[in-house]
Amino acid sequence: MIVGTLAIAATFSILVTTTIVIVLARETWGFFHFPDVSVGEFFGGLEWNPLLGSEKHFGIWPLVSGTLLVTVIAASFALPIGLVTSVYLSEYASPRVRATLKPTLEILAGIPTVVYGFFALTLITPLLQKISPAFGSYNAMSAGLATGIMILPIVCSLSEDALRAVPRSLRDGALALGGTKFDVSVKVVVPAALSGIVAAFLLAISRAIGETMIVALAAGGIAQITANPTAEVQTMTAYMVQIFLGDAPATGVEYKSSYAVAAMLFAMTFVLTMVGQYILRRFREEYE
Amino acid sequence: MATPRSTATRLLTNRAFLAVCLLATNVAVVVLAVLLISILWQGLGSLNWNFLTHAASRKPAEAGILAPLWGSVWVCTICGLVALPLGIGTAIYLEEFARKGRFTRIVQTNIMNLAGVPSIVYGILGLTAFARMFGAFGTSAEDGGFAIGNEESLLYFKLPFGSSVLAGGLTLMLVILPIVIIATQEALRSVPKSLRSGALALGATPWQTVWGITLPAAIPGIMTGAILAMSRAIGESAPLLVVGAVLFVLNAPENLMSDFAVLPLQIFNWAGRPQDEFHAIAASAIIVQLVALLAFNGIAVFIRQKLQKPLQ
Amino acid sequence: MQIESTPPSPGTGAPQHGQHVRQFMAVPGAPSPVATPTAIAVRGFSSWYGSFQALKSLDLDIPSQQVTAFIGPSGCGKSTFLRWINRMNDTIPSARAEGSLQLNGVDLLEKNLDVVDLRRRVGMVFQKPNPFPKSIYDNVAFGPRLHKHYTRAELDELVEQSLRQASIWNEVKDRLQASALGLSGGQQQRVCIARAIAIGPEVMLMDEPCSALDPKSTLAIEELIETLADRYTIVIVTHNMQQAARVSDQTAFFFEGRLIESGSTEDIFTKPKNKQTEDYVTGRFG
Repeated sequence: MIVGTLAIAATFSILVTTTIVIVLARETWGFFHFPDVSVGEFFGGLEWNPLLGSEKHFGIWPLVSGTLLVTVIAASFALPIGLVTSVYLSEYASPRVRATLKPTLEILAGIPTVVYGFFALTLITPLLQKISPAFGSYNAMSAGLATGIMILPIVCSLSEDALRAVPRSLRDGALALGGTKFDVSVKVVVPAALSGIVAAFLLAISRAIGETMIVALAAGGIAQITANPTAEVQTMTAYMVQIFLGDAPATGVEYKSSYAVAAMLFAMTFVLTMVGQYILRRFREEYE
Repeated sequence: MATPRSTATRLLTNRAFLAVCLLATNVAVVVLAVLLISILWQGLGSLNWNFLTHAASRKPAEAGILAPLWGSVWVCTICGLVALPLGIGTAIYLEEFARKGRFTRIVQTNIMNLAGVPSIVYGILGLTAFARMFGAFGTSAEDGGFAIGNEESLLYFKLPFGSSVLAGGLTLMLVILPIVIIATQEALRSVPKSLRSGALALGATPWQTVWGITLPAAIPGIMTGAILAMSRAIGESAPLLVVGAVLFVLNAPENLMSDFAVLPLQIFNWAGRPQDEFHAIAASAIIVQLVALLAFNGIAVFIRQKLQKPLQ
Repeated sequence: MQIESTPPSPGTGAPQHGQHVRQFMAVPGAPSPVATPTAIAVRGFSSWYGSFQALKSLDLDIPSQQVTAFIGPSGCGKSTFLRWINRMNDTIPSARAEGSLQLNGVDLLEKNLDVVDLRRRVGMVFQKPNPFPKSIYDNVAFGPRLHKHYTRAELDELVEQSLRQASIWNEVKDRLQASALGLSGGQQQRVCIARAIAIGPEVMLMDEPCSALDPKSTLAIEELIETLADRYTIVIVTHNMQQAARVSDQTAFFFEGRLIESGSTEDIFTKPKNKQTEDYVTGRFG
């Protein structure tokens, strides 16, 4: 009886995924049947202009480009710093230093993302504008940096888990061959933990792609294809916020377009998660 | 012949790397310090008792966070009441009872995937499944759905849920469910096999073993996971925005069907305004939010330690 | 401080020590008349983990180019002592030592000792095979690459030589680029020995190298140890008294942090002077 109930609970998670897929697929299907919309334009079009102007355009690339720009900035900030921090925590730091650093990272991890958005808007952007007047009041750099701060603790703690899972005997082996701490960490421990580190990176990137509140506050609302970090961009998530906050009628094409964007977002993060899982399974070294 | 590498250079590399490490590590510390200081700087001035007990207002000087504060309490309570039993139950089933076969593997992969789904996508699911119930009951309680009780009473209930506290809480439940499951599984996995074998060898049934031995031993780990998940729920705003939490609401929720605002969305609303006055009260609200998070974590850690003691 | 670099060869001792006759002796046992040069000299050596004293005032001379076995029950301090010889105990913050421990005249307890250089001169093989998750080739080449710049040809040659010396060349020569983790336990352990050989050590420390292996692999390693004894000073910690009897020239018996008795393996096993030693080697305890 009890076990049966538990089994039903376990099945619930499958139900959740199935429902997500069905809802997104159904609404996206509906979206593609509007007269202004074509599948070809959605995947191939370079213009996203669903609200304004006489001619509506639904090419997803400007939104994808905005998302990728913010994600690349976030990753360039958080991945190297996070990895080096995790190496320090796992290989160099004394227990006392760890005892103060870990809580710091945990606090960073626990801060709501809307707070990072506020931070980007009220501190990072003004600072960037002091550095260069090219930065607008909304820009990809500010949102990217704030997103980077947000994913930093994820990179740190997951990479550190991977590093600490490397058996002590490997460190001893490298030390006994006359390795310095640097040799041991960089040439043995990091390569041995590589699958876990890559999986951590992918998870962090996927979190950056799906991040909503920071970009909705700090990145702006112009959907455009650009690699310029000073420019205002709209991400997929920020577009969805714009639609759900607005008063677009629930049956209109703009409203439905947000489901298609959500489906795209879901597909991207799904692929990243699957690749991460695959790498963990395929390349994990079994030591014991 | 092979030329030796100088030991001095190698030790220097080691030193230089350590310096890089320290530099990188300090980024996190400095960022946290700057963030906290800047928010205190901006928000302390407008933080007072009235701010906590007043409803929202168009004038920043009179605005308060009473409604979103209570909205957060309602939504997170519902979320926790559903997500924790459901998530812990799922984890117990997967770790302790399920045969390790194809089905378990699919469920497991599926949970990892759910953990990676952006929270705003859960918002869309919540909107469709809870707020609108797939249109099975019309577009609202008045139009094709049905309602029981008086709108002002505590027991008011309607179908579909609409953009209500209940729909919001259930949506947040979807977001944190995978976190609860994964953390609980890890906690259960870390209980040594010998403990289980010991109980089974004494003639305990599998369920008695789980309830009497495995679960108590895993409680600290499960609590940690639950704290983490609930902290996430307290700070989450994107999915609630999609479900239809309102940005301007005057009253605390009265029942499960009330409209609601939550604190993070109130912060979002104020932060998005161009005026500095609104930024100031956004910062004040952030201070309240962070203090609430800290207090919640503190209490939960305290309970965890209380629970941990009898085992040792 | 740099360790003096000429490797010891029979007949020439460490210069700092002069040319006194080195004996393999333990206190209080009478010196055995073995006249080989001492590689490692130990005097009044004690060590602690925090407040726990793991080793109590050891006196011992370990001869060059011979196999010396440390035997004794678990927790007697033999592994702890081994890990002082290449200062692996530095990785344990609470570990400290007093007394004198010299390798060819160089003080190994010196605070400023260059441990990286020391470990280049003292190879170590661990209880459980611990190949890096890299190719067989990269495992063996790992140490040499740390210490010197090699051309590809030099490195190929060195890797082959090391694998040959470790008697595993024939088994792996066709799959040098395959992961070392794919080998059997015994093969992995021989790759680890080749890895230690490749850095050209003077002393080889072996910490129960066969305890995780099956009998057949154990035999292969034991035969290997015998051939290596011609070139290296080998110190092996073992639980297995038959193994000590089979492979070693000298044996030292540890008990509860003390060195109870040491001398030629034959003497220790056939006519031990100490009652505890006799009880242990005859299997009455331990």
